[in-house]
Amino acid sequence: MIAEKIQIVAYLFASILFIYSLGGLSSQESAKRGVIYGIVGMLIAVLATVLGPNIKGGYIFIISAISVASVIGVILARKVEMTSMPQLVAILHSFVGLAAVLVGIGSYIEVGEIDHSDPEAGVKHIIHLVEVYLGVFIGAITFTGSIIAWGKLEGKISSKPLLYPGRHMVNLILVVVCIVLGVLFTMDDGSLGMVYLMIMTAIACFIGVMLVMAIGGADMPVVVSMLNSYSGWAASAAGFMLGNDLLIVTGALVGSSGAILSIIMCEAMNRSFFSVIFGGFGAAPAGVAKEIEGEVTALNHEEVATLLKEAKSVVIVPGYGMAVAKAQYPIYSMVQTLRSAGKKVRFAIHPVAGRLPGHMNVLLAEANVPYDIVLEMDEINDDMPDTDVVMVIGANDVVNPGAQDDPSSPIFGMPVIEAWKAEHVIVMKRSMSVGYAGVENPLFYKSNTDMLYGDAKDSVDKILTFLKDK
Amino acid sequence: MKVGIPSEISPNELRVAATPKTVKRLLKQGFDVYIQRNAGSKANYSDKEFEEAGAKLVNTAAEIYGQSDIVLKVKEPSSEEVAMMREGLVLLSYLWPAQNQDLLKQLADKKVNAIAMDAIPRISRAQKMDVLSSMANIAGYRSVIEASYFFGRFLNGQITAAGKVDPAKVLVIGAGVAGLAAIGAANSLGAIVRAFDTRKEVAEQIESMGAEFLTVEIEEDGATASGYSKEMSKEFIEAEMKLFLEQAAEVDIIITTAQIPGREAPKLIFDYHVAAMKPGSVIVDLAASTGGNCILTKNNEVYTTDNGVTIVGKLNQLPTQASQLYGNNLCHLLDDMGKGDKFKIDMNDAVISRAMVTHDGKINWPPAPLPVTAAKATTATAVVAVDPKEAEAKKSRQQSLSMLIRLVVIGGFLGIIGQFAPSDFVQHFTVFVLSVFVGWQLIWNVSHSLHTPLMALTNAISGIILVGGLIQVGSLADPLAHLPITILATIAILVASINIVGGFVVTHRMLKMFKK
Repeated sequence: MIAEKIQIVAYLFASILFIYSLGGLSSQESAKRGVIYGIVGMLIAVLATVLGPNIKGGYIFIISAISVASVIGVILARKVEMTSMPQLVAILHSFVGLAAVLVGIGSYIEVGEIDHSDPEAGVKHIIHLVEVYLGVFIGAITFTGSIIAWGKLEGKISSKPLLYPGRHMVNLILVVVCIVLGVLFTMDDGSLGMVYLMIMTAIACFIGVMLVMAIGGADMPVVVSMLNSYSGWAASAAGFMLGNDLLIVTGALVGSSGAILSIIMCEAMNRSFFSVIFGGFGAAPAGVAKEIEGEVTALNHEEVATLLKEAKSVVIVPGYGMAVAKAQYPIYSMVQTLRSAGKKVRFAIHPVAGRLPGHMNVLLAEANVPYDIVLEMDEINDDMPDTDVVMVIGANDVVNPGAQDDPSSPIFGMPVIEAWKAEHVIVMKRSMSVGYAGVENPLFYKSNTDMLYGDAKDSVDKILTFLKDK
Repeated sequence: MKVGIPSEISPNELRVAATPKTVKRLLKQGFDVYIQRNAGSKANYSDKEFEEAGAKLVNTAAEIYGQSDIVLKVKEPSSEEVAMMREGLVLLSYLWPAQNQDLLKQLADKKVNAIAMDAIPRISRAQKMDVLSSMANIAGYRSVIEASYFFGRFLNGQITAAGKVDPAKVLVIGAGVAGLAAIGAANSLGAIVRAFDTRKEVAEQIESMGAEFLTVEIEEDGATASGYSKEMSKEFIEAEMKLFLEQAAEVDIIITTAQIPGREAPKLIFDYHVAAMKPGSVIVDLAASTGGNCILTKNNEVYTTDNGVTIVGKLNQLPTQASQLYGNNLCHLLDDMGKGDKFKIDMNDAVISRAMVTHDGKINWPPAPLPVTAAKATTATAVVAVDPKEAEAKKSRQQSLSMLIRLVVIGGFLGIIGQFAPSDFVQHFTVFVLSVFVGWQLIWNVSHSLHTPLMALTNAISGIILVGGLIQVGSLADPLAHLPITILATIAILVASINIVGGFVVTHRMLKMFKK
């Protein structure tokens, strides 16, 4: 057993470690250390809690739950393919949401008698109830929202936004109902409180479902980071109800981290945060779309290989299609072949490529692509006019010139990779279908663009064989 | 469907309408390909290569014209060639319909369905079959090489131990495809390039290729709806001539590319211009075949005037590549017409109906106009004049005001909390707000490429909610007596721990992969 003072200091130490941990991610070199800090911080936090003065028993439950969970967690994390990382992150978010709901309900049940000797007791009681209510509310939304996000990413639920007229009204009414229930809940003398709490939980679960259902596939990176943020706020709320600073600090760190990621993603798409959250993007194009001129021309693998052989500098723009086809390995062997032939080959990553912030970087890292040839959009756009060949692999909206010159385009104003400025563009795609934003891409019709149809992995494999036989 | 390719009979025509590569394409489209022996020899393609590509060799042109369904040709056919053609034949060739009315009549009488490749309308959809562009590109490049050869000096400026060499100055007149290609080639050889065009809209294209855009002071735009330039007013031409005279005295090489479809080339360089040029200067006239832009040009001849200016009226066609590009243009057109199995002449098609100069025994020329131009409609934007200083001051005032409002709101909110909330809540709240700020500062520094690991890591850390479960279950003296709480808390511990362990392991896995 350790004294309460020691426990508080231990919590403080854990908080510092968490801050170091997040700070470590500012560069690749220090990132691994960051993880270690995080793990140590977590161990200290758990030990300080379990050994703390408030713990009187229940070790058997704690130990068995943690050990079972550790096994599950390790298996999950080991087994997951890098391409399905977004799904894993989403489902883990739902766990935090669920835990927040459970802790909140448990905390409500635990509320003891009001201590009438304390003059502030009444207020304290109400504040506690508000905290419980809020924690459960955020937790429930995170829980079901994350499950839906997981379903969409996994392809179990259609990634098309589910929109019905008046859905903003319905959501608003539901939130108002929750607030009314919340007032009743805090005024309650103890008989009906549980009922109110349960009804609200059900409504919040429903709101979580509807919120994410209304968001289209292209906005998934924002949704996932937003849920990340929610899971942090849920933890913070739990910290308030339990009077635990460690939970508050950590929750706030995670919450603001997720919020910043959402903002970065939104900026990358030139969309306001609210328009993403309320969803419905890409379903109805605004105004009359500019007519696209030109015609689509297609090449075969051999011709693409010839183009690459003749090129001096090549830029590869990967998108979600690369993740789906798991083409990162053959792409990297192609890059190695080209680089050993003395060509300058680089990757251009759009901030919202993929279904998770930084998704492409992780996939390329998995295939051992050195990170110094993986550049961000802003770093490489200026070099585009000097590039001989741009290969767009499974990306669509992020190279859409309509975002710059067609004010009627739904993605007008979104910063894009200016692939069309290169000498030659090769777009590898499965078909002529539109991207996740549901917008036609004029790039495909440009005279310096050629299409190469087929699965990205097969195509790259074929190009590679042509590249190798000289 | 049989596609036949005859030899070109004109001695000056080195190209051929198919190459081994395009033969392969034609076969893939479902055609049978027949080619006359030695058709490709002048373009450096041997019969053997054609045979290997899958074409069948035919001995005489008569067999080609008599038995094919489609004939691919480069130069417009002579009367003898037309005489050999069978009825209903589809001919794809240069025809210059505006200049060759007689030829059109002969073709129509023979009931040949002739497509003039030079009459393909210049719309975006037809770019891939636009032979004028593909050939002009070659001509533009070649014109610079020829000019450089006859000029006999460096084009780029050099400073050497032996002294300084000034760069050559090149004037390109007409910035169509050929003109732009010439600008690009001259620029990359290091010359100082200037270009003139009557169409204002090409200024940007000229500058993008690295040349200076020359213009006259008279407001008149030469752009027409067809994408070619029109003839200009008298005042304009006078100013233009004056400009050319100034330039002629200064530049070393003039390349002229001005052509008006269906008409003689406009005369732009007169004898007094040539007289003003320095000895050793070169004029390359790409319009030589339609009369020349320079009044002294002799078609298919290169000669030097008395004052030492070389005038080039003849260009090597780079026949190997020119044939390849021309052949590709033809393949694209056949692609558009339905390939081998669904081949069809669709007179409702905007491209076919305009290029098909004879159809079913009737002459179909001139075609209906089809307006298109690269210039975008200009949109008027109302500009309200605002003094920038005042605007800045206003903005700054607005900013301080909104900041003030924000601080008042935050202060008020904190005041309410301080007034009503119990002290330990205030304490927690302080911690909370400060943590949000710390998080905010921290996360902006995270490298973009690490956003996915960041998310996995924060996810693992948010599993800290486990502590809540631990406290709940641990604070019970007798867990079994408070079964609901115990169960809820245990499940909470379980899921939160999955989150923590899974999150850390997967973050670690990801980071391990990042290598320099």
